Amino acid sequence: MIDTLRLTAKDANALLSSGEVSADELFVSYRNAVEQRDAELNCFLHVCDDSPGEGIPIAFKDLISTKGIPTTAGSRILQNYVPLYDATVAERCKGRGLRTLGKTNMDEFAMGSSTENSAFGPTRNPWDPDRVPGGSSGGSAAAVAAGLVPWALGSDTGGSVKQPAALCGVVGLRPTYGTVSRYGIVAFASSLDQVGPITKTVADCAFLYSVIAGRDSCDTTTVELPERIEIPQTEDLRGLRVGVPKELNEADGIERGVSAAVERAINLCRDLGADVGECELPRSVEYGLPCYYLVAPSEASSNLARYDGVRYGLRVDRDGIREMYEQTRDEGFGDEPKRRIMLGAYALSAGYYEAFYGQAQKVRTVIRNEFAAALERFDVLVSPTSPTVAFPLGAKTDNPLAMYLSDVLAIPPNMAGLPGLSIPCGLSDRLPVGLQLIGRQFSENVLFRTGHALEQALAFDPVPPRLAA
Amino acid sequence: MTNWQSVIGCEIHVHLGTETKMFCRCATGFGDPENTRTCPVCLAHPGSLPVPNARAIEWTIKLGLALGCEIAPRAIFHRKNYFYPDNPKGYQISQYDEPLCVDGAVDVPGPDGSTRVGIVRAHLEEDAAKNVHMGGAEGRIHGADRTLVDFNRAGTPLVEIVTRPDLHSAEEAKRFLQLLRQTVRELGISNAEMQEGSMRFDVNVSVRPEGTDELRTRTELKNINSFNFAAQGIEREIQRQIAIYESGGEVEQETLHFVPGIEDAPPLRSKEEAQDYRYFPEPDLVPIQPPAELIERVRAELGELPAARILRLAEELDYSLAEGLVTGGRDELYSRTPGEPRRTVANVLMNELTAAGVDPANVYGDELARLIEARDRIPRETFTKALAASADDDFDAGAYLGEALIADASELDPVIEQIIAAHEEQVAAYRAGKEGLLGFLVGQVMRETQGKANPRIVNERLREKLRT
Repeated sequence: MIDTLRLTAKDANALLSSGEVSADELFVSYRNAVEQRDAELNCFLHVCDDSPGEGIPIAFKDLISTKGIPTTAGSRILQNYVPLYDATVAERCKGRGLRTLGKTNMDEFAMGSSTENSAFGPTRNPWDPDRVPGGSSGGSAAAVAAGLVPWALGSDTGGSVKQPAALCGVVGLRPTYGTVSRYGIVAFASSLDQVGPITKTVADCAFLYSVIAGRDSCDTTTVELPERIEIPQTEDLRGLRVGVPKELNEADGIERGVSAAVERAINLCRDLGADVGECELPRSVEYGLPCYYLVAPSEASSNLARYDGVRYGLRVDRDGIREMYEQTRDEGFGDEPKRRIMLGAYALSAGYYEAFYGQAQKVRTVIRNEFAAALERFDVLVSPTSPTVAFPLGAKTDNPLAMYLSDVLAIPPNMAGLPGLSIPCGLSDRLPVGLQLIGRQFSENVLFRTGHALEQALAFDPVPPRLAA
Repeated sequence: MTNWQSVIGCEIHVHLGTETKMFCRCATGFGDPENTRTCPVCLAHPGSLPVPNARAIEWTIKLGLALGCEIAPRAIFHRKNYFYPDNPKGYQISQYDEPLCVDGAVDVPGPDGSTRVGIVRAHLEEDAAKNVHMGGAEGRIHGADRTLVDFNRAGTPLVEIVTRPDLHSAEEAKRFLQLLRQTVRELGISNAEMQEGSMRFDVNVSVRPEGTDELRTRTELKNINSFNFAAQGIEREIQRQIAIYESGGEVEQETLHFVPGIEDAPPLRSKEEAQDYRYFPEPDLVPIQPPAELIERVRAELGELPAARILRLAEELDYSLAEGLVTGGRDELYSRTPGEPRRTVANVLMNELTAAGVDPANVYGDELARLIEARDRIPRETFTKALAASADDDFDAGAYLGEALIADASELDPVIEQIIAAHEEQVAAYRAGKEGLLGFLVGQVMRETQGKANPRIVNERLREKLRT
C-alpha cells in the first residue's frame, strides 16, 4: 500500500512507469485514503469501486458529466441523475488513461464560496476541519490537499477553483475563457464557466491543463490554443514584468496575515529577477463583483430552467403542470440557487434589462479594457487570491453578501476572460494563503513559469500538518 | 357608410428540410416512433451545448435573398425563456433584435397588378417538442389527464418570416402565402407540407376606414394550416370586425386559436397576456458572421423566382393560369411541353394532369405534347390512362395513341352499322362487286369518329358486315 498523502501526480505517475506499483494498487491506495480520511472531510459525493485506465486516478467536481456515474452538481434536484455521456474534459482525461476515482462535493450548482451550499453536507478543510475548504470546488481542493487523489478538476465561474485552492493550500488554475470545453459541464453562468485543474504542484497543473485544453467541436465558444503548453522548468523570473494592482492588494477586508504573505511573495519575485511595479485597476475592482452578480445570476436563471421535473432528476408530482414545476423546484433547489434565479430573472425582465444585464455587459467591456491596459505594461499581475484564509464553518452562511465578498479579488479577471493561477505562498494563522497570478489571454505558459519559479523558491509544504502527524 | 380596408400581416413558420436538427446532429423526421430522434442536446441534459447547423444557416440566407432581404453581417442567437413541457431547456434558442435576414420585399402578382409585401425579417430558431395531451378536452394541457412529450421534433430548424401589414384582402393574403410556399419549395429548403406542420402561419387582421393609414387593434389568427382555411378565417374576421365598428363597438385584442385540421371548429379565443420572455444573447453560441463569398454564392444559385415567372407567363396566358401553374409547381413542365394553343397545354397541366396525381418533374414534355395534340381524337378514358402513366420511366405516348385506335374496335360496330344503314345505295353497289366503294365507306366511318377509329379495324369490320 502506498502512502498517498505527499504524492504529486508526477510522483504517482513515476511509480507506475517504474513498475514499482500497478495502476490497480495505486487506485486502491487512493481509495483507502478516501476511506480513512473522507468520513471527516466529506470531499467525495461518489467514489468509484473501479474504473478503467492504466494511469493515475483523478477526481471530478460533481458538475462534470461522467457517463454512468451519478452527477448531482451538489443539488437535490439532480440527486438520482446519471449522465448518458461524458463531458469532453472527462473524455480527454480518460483518453490519457486517467482513472475516475470519484466525484467531489461542491456548492450547489457551483453557487457559493465555502462548499456549505452542497445539498449533501459541507466539505471540511483538511488544515482545520472546523473551517471551510472554500468553494465552490471545495471537494476537489480538499481532496487534493488531503492526499485523497493526486489531482482533480474543478470549475471556476467567479473564483470557484482559485479560491478553494488558496484556502486548501494547493494549486488551482482558472484558464482563459474559451480554452477548455464546457460540453458536459452542468452550466451555471455560461459566459464565465471554465473548468480548471487543482493540483499539488504547478507542473502537475500545467500537465493536466494540457490534457483538457483546446478546441472542442461540441463547444463553439472554444478555440485552439495558440501555443503548446509546456511543463515549467525555469527557476528564475528574469525579464518578467510583474504588476501589483493597488486596488486588488489594498481592498477592504484583506487580512493582515494574507497581505504579509503576499508581500513576501512579491519581494521574492524581485529576488528572482522580475521587474516589479505598481498599477491600477480602479473600476475593475470596484465594479467587478456587482457586475458579476448581475451577469452570473441572469445566465443561471436561464440555465437552471431545464430542471423542471419533466425529463430527469427530481419530480414532485402534483395535479397541474404549474404546481408540479413549482413544487419540484421548491424542493429540489436550495436557498442560494433560488436567490440567484430570482436575482437573475429580475435583472433580465422587460424594463430592467438595459439597466441591469445590458449595463453589466458594458461594464464588462470597461473591465476588459482596464486589464488589457495594465497587461500591456506587465506580463503578470499579482494579488491575494482571497482576502482571508479559510473561515470557520457557518461564519458566513447567514450573510450572503459577506460570502460573496470572499471572491472580490478573484472575480475581476474572470469578468475579463483572463487566466488566473492560485499558488500557496505561505501561512497566516497556520492556514494557507493563496497568491493570485493573472495573465493575458492564452498566457497560461507565462503563469506556469512564474508559479513554478515562485513555488521552488517558496518551498511551501502543501501537506496539512495535522494529517502529516 | 364607411368603406373599410382590411390590414393583414403574416408570420410564417417553415421547417427547414435539413437532415439533422438545428443544434444537434439528431436526424430530423416526421412520423418516426416517439422519442427515437433524441440526444442529450435536444433533451436538454445537464451540460449539453448547442452547435449550429451550418446548412440551416445557409438555407435561411437563401430564403432571405429570395425574399429580397439584406443579410446581416453579424447576427446573434437569443434565448427566449419560458416554461412548458415541450420546451426542454426552459428557453428556446431564437433570434431577437439581430436576426439573419432583414428588410425585404416580395412583389405578389395579382389579377390587377402586383402588391408589394414588405418582409420585416426572417430568422432562424429551433422548434419545440410535441405535447400529446391524454384525456380532457380540445387537445389542451388544462384539463388533460396527463401529457406525454415526444421530443423528436424538438430542435428542428425553423425559419420565421414576418411581413409588414401590407396585405389588404383575404384573397391577397392567400396569394401571398401560396407564392411563399412555392418559393420555399423551389429553393429546396423545405417540403412546406402543411399537413405535416412543416409550414404553418399566423395572421394578424385589423380593419380601418379606407383612405386612412391608422393601425387599429388587431386580432391574431393562430395555427392555420391550409390556404383556403386562411382565406375563410381572415374573411370572417374582417367581417366580424367591420360589424363591431359599424355597431359602434371596439375590437378587442385577442388571439383566435384554430384547431389544426378541423376547419369548422370555432376558434378558441384568448386574451394574450403580455409575456416577458426575458430575452438575452445566447452565451453558448458565438455570433453568426456570414462570409460575403457565401452570400454571393447562394445568391448566384437562385434561379428565376416564382413571382417573376408568374408575370412572364401571364403575358402568354392570363394571370390566373400563370399563377396556378407556378404556385402549383407545374410551370417548369409547361415550359418543357411544346404545342399550341398554349392555353390548352396550360389547362391540361392544371386540370387533367393534376387530377392524374403525377409528379410533373418526372413527365417527359415531348411525349406529353403528343398526348395533348391527340387529346380530341382519342377516347377520354385512354387520355386519362395515358396521363396517369406519363411520369413512368418508359412512358411512350405512341403506345397509348395506337392502343386508343385499336381498343375502339368494339365501339366501332354501331358506327359501322349506322354508316351501312345510311348508305344503302353504295352498300348495294359494293355487294354487287364494286369493291372500290369500301374505301368510301371506311372514309365515312373515320369521319363519323373524327379520325379516332383505327382504319385497319374499320376495314376488317366493314368487310365482315358487308359480307352478311
